[in-house]
Amino acid sequence: MEGILFLAFLFLIAGVIAVPVASRLGLGSVLGYLLAGIAIGPLLRQLEVDVVSIQHFAEFGVVMMLFLVGLELEPRMLWRMRNRLLGLGGLQVGLTTLAFMGAAMAMGQSWSIALAVGMVLALSSTAIVLQTLNEKGLMKGDGGQSSFSVLLFQDIAVIPMLAFIPLLALPELAELLQQSAGDGGGHGGGHSWIDDLAGWQRGLVTLGAIVGVVVGGSFLTRPVFRFIAMARLRELFTAFALCLVVGIALLMTVVGLSPALGTFLAGVVLANSEYRHELESDIEPFKGLLLGLFFITVGAAINFDLLSADAGSIMAMALGLMAIKALILWILATLFKIRGADRWLVTLGLAQAGEFGFVLLAFSVSSAVIPQDLAAQLLLVVTISMLLTPVLFILYDRVIAPRYATSQAREPDAIDESGSIIVAGVGRFGGVINRILLAAGHKTVVLDHHAEHLERLRAFGIKVFYGDATRPDLLHAAGIEHAKMLVVAIDDREQATQLVHYVAHNYPQVYMVARAVDRHHVYELYSAGARDIIRDHFDSAVRAARSALEALGMHPHDAERQTHGFVENDRKAIRELAELYDPDIPVHENPAYVERTKQFLASHEEAMRGSSAVFGDRDARSWAHPTLEDLEAIEAENASNKS
Amino acid sequence: MAQLLVYYAHPGHRHSEANRAMLDKAREVSGITLVDLYAEYPRFQINIDREQSRLLEHEVILFQFPMFWYSTPALVKEWEDLVLEHGFAYGHDGDRLSGKTMMLAITAGGADEAYSASGYQRYPMRTFLTPLEQTAVLCHMTFATPYVLYGALRAQANDQVEPHAAGYARLLQALRDGRYDFAAAKELDVVTAPDLDQLIEA
Repeated sequence: MEGILFLAFLFLIAGVIAVPVASRLGLGSVLGYLLAGIAIGPLLRQLEVDVVSIQHFAEFGVVMMLFLVGLELEPRMLWRMRNRLLGLGGLQVGLTTLAFMGAAMAMGQSWSIALAVGMVLALSSTAIVLQTLNEKGLMKGDGGQSSFSVLLFQDIAVIPMLAFIPLLALPELAELLQQSAGDGGGHGGGHSWIDDLAGWQRGLVTLGAIVGVVVGGSFLTRPVFRFIAMARLRELFTAFALCLVVGIALLMTVVGLSPALGTFLAGVVLANSEYRHELESDIEPFKGLLLGLFFITVGAAINFDLLSADAGSIMAMALGLMAIKALILWILATLFKIRGADRWLVTLGLAQAGEFGFVLLAFSVSSAVIPQDLAAQLLLVVTISMLLTPVLFILYDRVIAPRYATSQAREPDAIDESGSIIVAGVGRFGGVINRILLAAGHKTVVLDHHAEHLERLRAFGIKVFYGDATRPDLLHAAGIEHAKMLVVAIDDREQATQLVHYVAHNYPQVYMVARAVDRHHVYELYSAGARDIIRDHFDSAVRAARSALEALGMHPHDAERQTHGFVENDRKAIRELAELYDPDIPVHENPAYVERTKQFLASHEEAMRGSSAVFGDRDARSWAHPTLEDLEAIEAENASNKS
Repeated sequence: MAQLLVYYAHPGHRHSEANRAMLDKAREVSGITLVDLYAEYPRFQINIDREQSRLLEHEVILFQFPMFWYSTPALVKEWEDLVLEHGFAYGHDGDRLSGKTMMLAITAGGADEAYSASGYQRYPMRTFLTPLEQTAVLCHMTFATPYVLYGALRAQANDQVEPHAAGYARLLQALRDGRYDFAAAKELDVVTAPDLDQLIEA
């Protein structure tokens, strides 16, 4: 028990420390986890922890990830991807396998070993690539979609590979294995009852399983969800969502299909379901944690003894591996007319070997196809290539994407209209702004890097452009120098601040309306140069409070004035504090800010208790009639005037 | 079609004594339409269509409010400005309110003797009400004699609120049932609670 707790704590703390640091440095979470794994690797080895079996467990995160990807993908979109999936994916796996087979044979391996090595190295890392693409919001672009197609094909290809590898068994290795009675990984390739069935029966069972997932997903989940909802327990939803994913994975394993493929299929089926977001939010944390654990184990499993003994050749093999994969990807991407930065995204993003390579390696060793020492070397090569992948993504982000930025904006989204108002971000917030501006007869240029927002708007005939509004070149293309106004409505707070800062300093004539996510963001935007700053949840919260007051029996007009008083007071406080705010000092170390905040809080509290003059005051004064004493004074005055 | 539509307007409802008591009584009267204008439009966004159809559905339109600076509370003015549209209430083809009756139930801070040439308000109450009276006339409506509580600020101390509010309820019932003698009321400058006995038919 203690051991498990300690292990869990070790993994968690390593991730919690490393990932924020890596994100801060712009390295992405994957590299953070990998580094965390490298850091705790020696400790794990000393404790004799079986990292590989933890890794097998954590691979379930990939299954969950594919389920989530499926949820985001409607069947229609999947159908549209079929050419890329089979063509690009199939060619990538086939050509890469052959290339590495050739390379291995050239290095003196027998053809059977070489073929197995080729298959191992042809697969890329679904975990790293999808996680990174999602994190960077690249999933919806052409590059992201193509990468996904290839990865999906690879995940499907693993199954026939697992079936094929035992046929390559070398007699002498098999003898060796039998002597040592090693069991190997046996992951996913275990024999099941289905192997005893005849071919047609097997086909029927497999087909039945897929039909079951599709039909069950379409018709059964809704009543089941409703049934579960009756219990009104949040965790039951989570339990059911997990049960669903685990169950499908199990079913697929039993009938000999890829669990990742099965859950992906289930995700696609459920993509139109009204419970989609519920499922997403339930599975998401588990996926995140398992993938994190998986990346940590990859880092931790690096055998530094072996690496340092043979550093030169292993590094050379890893780099060679990536170069060959990248070359094949680049050629295929060109062939499939993937353009510009997207071509580079596919080329660099998929150039590593991946976690399915681990699975195949373990299985090849246990099937007496690849000798143990070669497998150990290959394991290192695969790991190193995975470790280098985040670096390639950084290269893409910093060097390649900016270079293609303008050309990418030109095709397919040439910004052919220069409106006088640029709206950056048309999600729930910017969308409303845009609609109101359009309704008032203004021309807007809309920028957003969420393809789904854009598609929705396009469906309604609204002109929008795909692109990251924080990129100077895209702003330029959108006509920032001739714009009257910029509406900053993007979700990401740091990007919003950067954008405001950039425009305030380079185009001071542009009026900016900026969306703030919270109070401190208001100050950040203020010091970045924005003056018209709207907190995105503030007004709705005020309205909700007003509704609450009305429901509690307060007269609507009083509720209006009460909440308005609060707004005025809060706005005054925020304006004063914005002047005191210094972006370079954390607020709690800014004495003037702290002092003033304390004053505001104190007066607020008094007002809440109804004992003060802050915002109760104006209300107490309004429409209050004179007292009887006042009346007597008036009348006395009138009487004396008369006499 | 209900006969009687009552508009209540008091921005300082919670400070109110007389108007609040009157409203409480009015709420107990069945078969009338009662609208709290400040509750319905706390942000002054008056729904013109809704208000016009309310007017069309009723015969007697009564406004209950405290006199503020010789006029109505601000929202009533806003209501007039928006709802009494040209072409609807007045002007060319503006005869939709024709034949209806407009009536006021108002409270005034000053005592009745203040509203006279010798009092400190210097004019009789009806003089201050002429803008509203003319509004009714321009809209082809009859302006009925207003129901007034003078000295509203002292009314509570003088035990006048309860009888005035009770009288208000009787008035509303009589208007609802068509038992109110508009002609007899017309002889009076203003109607106060004690006058009701002779104006309401049993």
